[in-house]
Amino acid sequence: MATSFNSALENLRATRVWRSIFRRGPAITNRTRSVAVFGNLFLHWLPVKVREKSLRVRAAYYLGSLSLLLFILLVVTGVLLMFYYHPAAPKAYHDMKDLRFVVSNGVFLRNMHRVGAHLMVLLVFWHMFHVFYRGGYKPPHEFNWVVGVFLLLVTLLLSYTGYLLPWDQLAFWAVTVGTNIISAMPLIGNKVRFVALGGNIVGENALLRFYVLHVVILPLLAFLLIAVHFWRVQKDGGLTVRPREEDGKD
Amino acid sequence: MEKTKIESGFSSDAKKEPRRIVFITRNISAKVKDDREARVMTYPHLLVREAVVFEVLIIAMVLVSLFWDAPLEQLANPLLTPNPAKAPWYFLGLQELLHFFPPFVAGILIPTLVVIALIVIPYFHVNVEGQPLWSGNASKRFGMVIGVVAALLVLLAIVDAWTIIVPTVLIAALLVVAYLSKGGSRWMDALRRKPVSWWVMTWFIATAVCLTVVGTFFRGPGWSWVWPWGTHVG
Repeated sequence: MATSFNSALENLRATRVWRSIFRRGPAITNRTRSVAVFGNLFLHWLPVKVREKSLRVRAAYYLGSLSLLLFILLVVTGVLLMFYYHPAAPKAYHDMKDLRFVVSNGVFLRNMHRVGAHLMVLLVFWHMFHVFYRGGYKPPHEFNWVVGVFLLLVTLLLSYTGYLLPWDQLAFWAVTVGTNIISAMPLIGNKVRFVALGGNIVGENALLRFYVLHVVILPLLAFLLIAVHFWRVQKDGGLTVRPREEDGKD
Repeated sequence: MEKTKIESGFSSDAKKEPRRIVFITRNISAKVKDDREARVMTYPHLLVREAVVFEVLIIAMVLVSLFWDAPLEQLANPLLTPNPAKAPWYFLGLQELLHFFPPFVAGILIPTLVVIALIVIPYFHVNVEGQPLWSGNASKRFGMVIGVVAALLVLLAIVDAWTIIVPTVLIAALLVVAYLSKGGSRWMDALRRKPVSWWVMTWFIATAVCLTVVGTFFRGPGWSWVWPWGTHVG
């Protein structure tokens, strides 16, 4: 069985179509394995070789990669949710009800988005604290740390703008409580709040603004910063891994 | 070994990869680190591991999503204020702060200062060698640290902010234990080696976690103390 599967795979790989897609041939030599990374649009920013130590789970607990995965999952589930969602009051709330009672797997879709959002906030915080304790902010990684701080802020804003969208009591009052704090800003507080909400109260305009921020502006910003962040990890010399005897020193 | 002496590692081959400067102080021997470390191919070694970890996370998320439902309350009603009205969980630490400080301090000043502090962390080159807090003139430092902590505690006691006082006292107790301890156990030795940045960050995280947990689970109507297993209906 295994042999026939392998030979079928071999035959597939020998076809003209396959070889037109994967030009490099099977990744069995170091040369073709290198090409598999730098010849691939989605992997080309990775180094061809990595330090063996950076593969240890304890080096980063994969927290950065997992945050990226969550971002992708949230984009996918978020786009699917957009098919069923109108950013208007009170239609937005009825769309939530439809997701629960009408749309096939609607509950599951919304759950995945919600779980992913909470998890992403948690993992991004954990990632930052872990990088701090590893000393990962030290030269030459200073700038990437700053990019990371902004990514944390964008993550919080993404989660917060999404929080209003179900347009239920939980969403409405959470956003009311949060945006009331903006008014405490000296001099410009009320003006900033007015711009954020498109009015003086959390209403239909605020829902539309939060929606546009949540599905267009903030994801684009996050995408840009994530690209810079991952690019710089490699350009700054890879993960911060130090020999064991130095670990206690940070 | 001279204190100011700085040496680089192996013969510098900048084209190969960026080099790190080695800091050599009186306490550290001037041995050269060999950073021609073992390397493996990204494909398959890194990518397979990433794929496995991704799968595990997705499976975990699917399981949670199957058995836990995202909350959905009644339709938004501006005329019906729930008591308490709570922000999302990651802002409940700030909401807990609002209970003790005026809105400008808790909602604007402290968050802004925290963000600025986070941004400037890598640009502060104090103690870049990561010297332990309890080294050098330890008794003088001990006096200073205790003074700062005591002043902070007095300030917090005035506003009755005991959800900050508790983690602060806990971290301060660890500090004192690390100072008094002669070492011995591996854990205590590690604690005694921590620099001041470690202590500040650990105090910050402990306080943030305490505020968030209390704000999420232990606050009820009028921001009064409730037990999460209590029967109160918010």
